[in-house]
Amino acid sequence: MTTAGDADVHAFLLLLRDEALAQADAVDAAVAQGRDPGPLAGVPVALKDNLCTRGVPTTCGSKILDGWHPPYDATVVEQLRAAGAIALGKTNMDEFAMGSSTENSAFGPTRNPRDTDRVPGGSSGGSAAAVAAGFTPISLGSDTGGSIRQPAALCGVVGMKPTYGRVSRYGLVAFASSLDQIGPFATTVDDAALLFDVLAGHDPLDSTSLQAPSPSTAPNVGDGVEGVRVGLCADLIEGCAPDVAAQVYAAAEALAAAGAKIDEIRVPEFAYGLSAYYLIAPAEASSNLARYDGVRYGLRVDADDAAAMNTATRTAGFGAEVKRRIMLGTYALSAGYYDAYYAQAQRVRTMVMQAFDRAYLSVDVLLGATAPTTAFALGAKIDDPMAMYMNDVCTIPSNLSGHPAISVPFGVGTDGLPVGIQVLAPALEEALLFRVAAAVEAAAPK
Amino acid sequence: MSDDVTWEMVIGLEVHCELATQTKLFCGCRNAFGDEPNTNVCPTCLGLPGSLPVLNAQAVELAMRIGTALHSEIKPSTFARKNYFYPDQPKDYQISQYDQPLNLGGWLDLPDGFRVGITRAHMEEDTGKLTHIGGSGRINAAHHAQVDYNRSGVPLVEIVSEPDMQSAAQARAYASELRGILVATGASDGRMEEGSMRVDANVSVRPVGTTEFGTRCEIKNLNSLRSLGRAIDYEAARQIALIEGGEKVDQETRHWDESAGRTSSMRSKEEANDYRYFPEPDLVPLAPDAPWRARVAEGMGPMPADRRAELVAALGESATTAEQDQIRAVVDLGLDALVMAAVAARAPAALALARASNEVAADHEAGLALPTESFAALVSLEANGGLSATQSKAVLAAMLTNGGGDPAALAKEMGFEALGAGTLTSAVADVVAAHPDEWTRLVEGDAKLQGFFVKAVLDATDNKANGKEVVAELRRLQA
Repeated sequence: MTTAGDADVHAFLLLLRDEALAQADAVDAAVAQGRDPGPLAGVPVALKDNLCTRGVPTTCGSKILDGWHPPYDATVVEQLRAAGAIALGKTNMDEFAMGSSTENSAFGPTRNPRDTDRVPGGSSGGSAAAVAAGFTPISLGSDTGGSIRQPAALCGVVGMKPTYGRVSRYGLVAFASSLDQIGPFATTVDDAALLFDVLAGHDPLDSTSLQAPSPSTAPNVGDGVEGVRVGLCADLIEGCAPDVAAQVYAAAEALAAAGAKIDEIRVPEFAYGLSAYYLIAPAEASSNLARYDGVRYGLRVDADDAAAMNTATRTAGFGAEVKRRIMLGTYALSAGYYDAYYAQAQRVRTMVMQAFDRAYLSVDVLLGATAPTTAFALGAKIDDPMAMYMNDVCTIPSNLSGHPAISVPFGVGTDGLPVGIQVLAPALEEALLFRVAAAVEAAAPK
Repeated sequence: MSDDVTWEMVIGLEVHCELATQTKLFCGCRNAFGDEPNTNVCPTCLGLPGSLPVLNAQAVELAMRIGTALHSEIKPSTFARKNYFYPDQPKDYQISQYDQPLNLGGWLDLPDGFRVGITRAHMEEDTGKLTHIGGSGRINAAHHAQVDYNRSGVPLVEIVSEPDMQSAAQARAYASELRGILVATGASDGRMEEGSMRVDANVSVRPVGTTEFGTRCEIKNLNSLRSLGRAIDYEAARQIALIEGGEKVDQETRHWDESAGRTSSMRSKEEANDYRYFPEPDLVPLAPDAPWRARVAEGMGPMPADRRAELVAALGESATTAEQDQIRAVVDLGLDALVMAAVAARAPAALALARASNEVAADHEAGLALPTESFAALVSLEANGGLSATQSKAVLAAMLTNGGGDPAALAKEMGFEALGAGTLTSAVADVVAAHPDEWTRLVEGDAKLQGFFVKAVLDATDNKANGKEVVAELRRLQA
């Protein structure tokens, strides 16, 4: 296992050297005994540090979980082990997945392996950077508002968010439960599909896990896009930098050349997604993060009584962005404000879902940018939350609707840094999503 | 306020019922009272990061039974999060039903026919249990606290009544009848002392003849029917005194102190939490379909009111007030099956009811374990004169201790063979001969002396004589 260069990148918070060697031995033993070692036998994988790993620190990039070792594995961790994959370590992230640059980690930022003066995106910046740097061929992230796709775009790797409910959330430390979804990072669409196939399926431990069967997608990734109706969505392009927009149009032309039918389509409701998201996600987060109160696990800062201890612990344990969102969410749910904020945001969410449904009457998939710009410099947006939030404008609609979406590298911007193309598909249409993504990948400038 | 105002109480009750499920509401941990602290816990009921709730179907079924018994409409429902910080609350929110409860509306008829409206009966999870250590044990004086999360996630149904009751007696009758229903549905063991059933009372007062509600107070810590009644009477008197003294009642939550016999303020309306309810995103809506609702309704046994009616019918037209009370008692204790078994065996209902409501009720836990056929055989034996009342009670006590048995065999072991007719006649003749003065007075009409002779015969026969037969022989000799 190599970690050369991670001192510069800081993709990992923790390496699981002994565990990885033991798991590799187990795979070797399976092969020696003639047993099926699994579809990912011996493949290294990195885990975002909000995925519970039994007996191994799981920090969520926060000081508040100091010293906590989960007594159980997330369902996806068990699935990876059963598939023969080897967990290399836990990757850096924005605290509780709140951020778009991985600068909100309590343990210091991750840097973009393409240019270490730039951010890798976030919140799954560590997992994206680990793949981009070649530390591991695949990794897992979580995507609540774009936290897989945006760092994939900024780091020049493939990152995919499955349909909500496709992959079990059991053992994923919650940020915003109705939006969170675990998904793969990989260097190729093929590998992403292979990893997705291992993760997809019903889990009785997650009530929101879908009952629908999850047929394998990997065998059909290369089936092409002949006749596929692609909606080139201006609402996922117009807010982007010209060099990013230019690559989206180039990708659309490439798809047309591969046999797809390109239609320009407007979905103006997407513009309201960001505002709705920044009420719904903090509202859920304010409740999900209440349990970090110093009573049972993690950090405790003692004080005179229980309430004062709660306050002292949370004041010391949470970073600025987490506190900002807890306060925002608490406010949005408060008596007298609920209807104007939370309930109104849910109405907008419904409106966005209906807009998707309408769009998919005339097209099979949507095409747009993943992030408005290529990787920006460390520190450039950290003091301007609104500018940071704007990074998610193209990715949020799929979280609100629960639909799958993927970011595929396609060309570079004027700064020579990677651009990500986003493909969006209707619920449960991951196989189609991967096929279109593979066609984009195949046409990408080398 | 003039002196001649008469006040009436307006009372609504909120009853929390712990469901008697095998496992907790959202995880597979055992639902058990009294186990070693923090042994029935897992990531979900400890609220560990990354854990998720999965709804227990048995809990839903028991909640539906409660709703069915209370004539509620079983509705498509959702769960919500009730957010507040407290150390016994592992997630710092409680999963509860809020604006879309499973059971909506309904009613409960008290034994006297008074109908109390039911607002709703919704599902929620219980909290852990805090024990304050040091100081007086009261929260404020404690040095530290320990938390037992065995209770965390235990399924509850909260049954909210309409403010229809007007006296402490009605509130007690409601709580008692509801308890009987909860036990009859199999939803709960109904034990108030173990906290399986917890009652909060909303109390306000208003001048008789007015329709507007007064300001209400919610009273907590009512651990028995007796506390419930006392607390309501105290609270109503307190509110009346305030209003008549020119002050106003503040809306607040009040704590009942059983030993002091009074309520005191816990928190005012202003101090009340803003619970920031919102839909629980980790659970999907709960909408039991028609076949499931039908299966639940079909699987339910008779409710206490039906069972009382059955006993009244068994007694014929003659149920006295005392017998009505006995009927209520045996149904409350679940001992009516014994009486009905005796009736089915053609034993007299009144005698069976008397034995069940007195001797068996005194040890009703053992009574619930008593095979109904043993009880029926005992009552028949006594009714046929095979055992005297005193002997019958002694055999019944032995049966309760042994968990049943054949009453005839037990009577024999205990030396309780009935006296032969000849032996009884000669025993009575001997006693009469030994007490000539008393006999003369009895014959001359001093009825008090009948008891004297019966006791003397029983003593002379080591209680083997049947009292009724002794009386009959005494009457024959006097004639």
